[in-house]
Amino acid sequence: MKLVVAIIKPFKLDEVRQALTAIGVHGMTVTEVKGYGRQKGHTEIYRGAEYIVNFLPKLRIEIAVNSDIAEKAVEVITTHARTGQIGDGKIFVTPIDHARRIRTGETDTDAL
Amino acid sequence: METSASRSLRASAALAAAGAIAFTTPAAAAAPSTIEPADTAWMIVATALVLMMTIPGLALFYSGMVRKKNVLATMAQSLAAVMLISILWVAFGYSLAFVGDGTWIGSLDRAFLAGMGMDSVHPGAKTIPESLFMLYQMTFAIITVALVAGSVADRMRFSAYLLFSIAWFIFVYVPLAHWIWGGGFLAQAGVVDFAGGLVVHLSAGTAGLVAALVMGRRQGYGSENLSPFDLSLAVVGTGLLWVGWFGFNGGSALGANAHAVMAILTTHLAACAGAVTWGALEWSTRRKPSVLGMISGAVAGLGTITPASGFVAPWHGLVIGALAGIICYWACTSLKHRFNYDDSLDVFGVHGVGGLTGTVLAGVFATAAIGGTAGLIEGNPKQLAAQLYGVAVTLVWSGGVTWGLLKLVSAFVPLRVSREHELEGLDISQHGEALQ
Repeated sequence: MKLVVAIIKPFKLDEVRQALTAIGVHGMTVTEVKGYGRQKGHTEIYRGAEYIVNFLPKLRIEIAVNSDIAEKAVEVITTHARTGQIGDGKIFVTPIDHARRIRTGETDTDAL
Repeated sequence: METSASRSLRASAALAAAGAIAFTTPAAAAAPSTIEPADTAWMIVATALVLMMTIPGLALFYSGMVRKKNVLATMAQSLAAVMLISILWVAFGYSLAFVGDGTWIGSLDRAFLAGMGMDSVHPGAKTIPESLFMLYQMTFAIITVALVAGSVADRMRFSAYLLFSIAWFIFVYVPLAHWIWGGGFLAQAGVVDFAGGLVVHLSAGTAGLVAALVMGRRQGYGSENLSPFDLSLAVVGTGLLWVGWFGFNGGSALGANAHAVMAILTTHLAACAGAVTWGALEWSTRRKPSVLGMISGAVAGLGTITPASGFVAPWHGLVIGALAGIICYWACTSLKHRFNYDDSLDVFGVHGVGGLTGTVLAGVFATAAIGGTAGLIEGNPKQLAAQLYGVAVTLVWSGGVTWGLLKLVSAFVPLRVSREHELEGLDISQHGEALQ
């Protein structure tokens, strides 16, 4: 089992969600987050005063998947979250030691 | 060559135009008074429009430009102005400003509206009930006091703001209103101010500048991100101010007539020209026209046309609005940074400089056929001199008295919140509430 965490641009969420559903990913957790990478934020100017806004709004998507489709999920997110512009985001994949569905008590792959 | 027929036609047109504002002239003051339903209806609407300019208009305009932790405190200042000034206006403000013919101050004959009956009329507005004239002028006093708060946004203690506002209303607004609108020495000197370029905008703007200088810059000014909380609120506020300004300037004709419509037309055109000019300047110098820039330009245009709105032709409104966009843009983006004062929401840059500019330009563009006053272009340099005199008196009086009152208030209550409270935000520290 793998945990795929993707930081993406907010307006790409629907496209990414539809593509993940199409490859059999049935659930996801989405969080509104702020951050920056190489983009280093942007500059806003108000009445002649410049302000650097470091932390830009992003979405953090978390999906828990079987190891066999983890790579596919990463590909799908990469394809559908990409604009080609700086600030498209990043994807991290980590192993999951154990999983449990709270309602039924099912464990590991049965719980996904 | 001009024929005698064309001369007489032009003269009768001028007379007809002057007749539209007859009730605001001394000759009309002697005419018998009749309360006219149409005038009364329009002035009720205009009164409501001007009250709307403070809450929600100014409250939204200002609170959209501060940081999230100071939104409620900024709105509270506008709210407080409505409550406090309304009561003080009825108690003695109206009487001292508009009743009696003193050179320096009015009388207390109408204190607590004593003697004001259903049929009472004010000599300067004989076709509407005096109670309505009093209410209409009340809304001007309210917004003038509320305007000042923008300069000291994010740092003034609420109790100090209340004390200062009461004192400023008594010692700056009421005398100025009497001097210019109530028949005082500036009116006698020929100074004209249709809807408050001096009484409202320059007096509030100057007070704002002095208050910003006395109180000092905000924590983090120039180094931290003080960007606006929510400019969409400021846009909504601007829209309400803009429409409200139709009552502000159009209502200053004191009747439902062509003069009011002409003032509204010049007002609207000036707002558009101001917004276009400010946006274009940003576009050319910063590569993007900001929303804050466009709404700032609109408000600058509105403030600048205010003193001239009833005296100039529509196309003058466009010129005055465009000049407002250029001059106020320079004041807010260049002058302020050069002298490094922190006028938080640019009350001086927009209202002070705008009110000053418009008052001077009224002396240049005033058209006798429209407002009964000829300006420089029509060969009357004395009007421009009178306007400059009015500007000088307003600057000195509002600036000097504001400084004195702030020193006086600070003897009783610290003007500024503590450093910790400023960092925490005024919403929590002054009102115990916060936006989530």
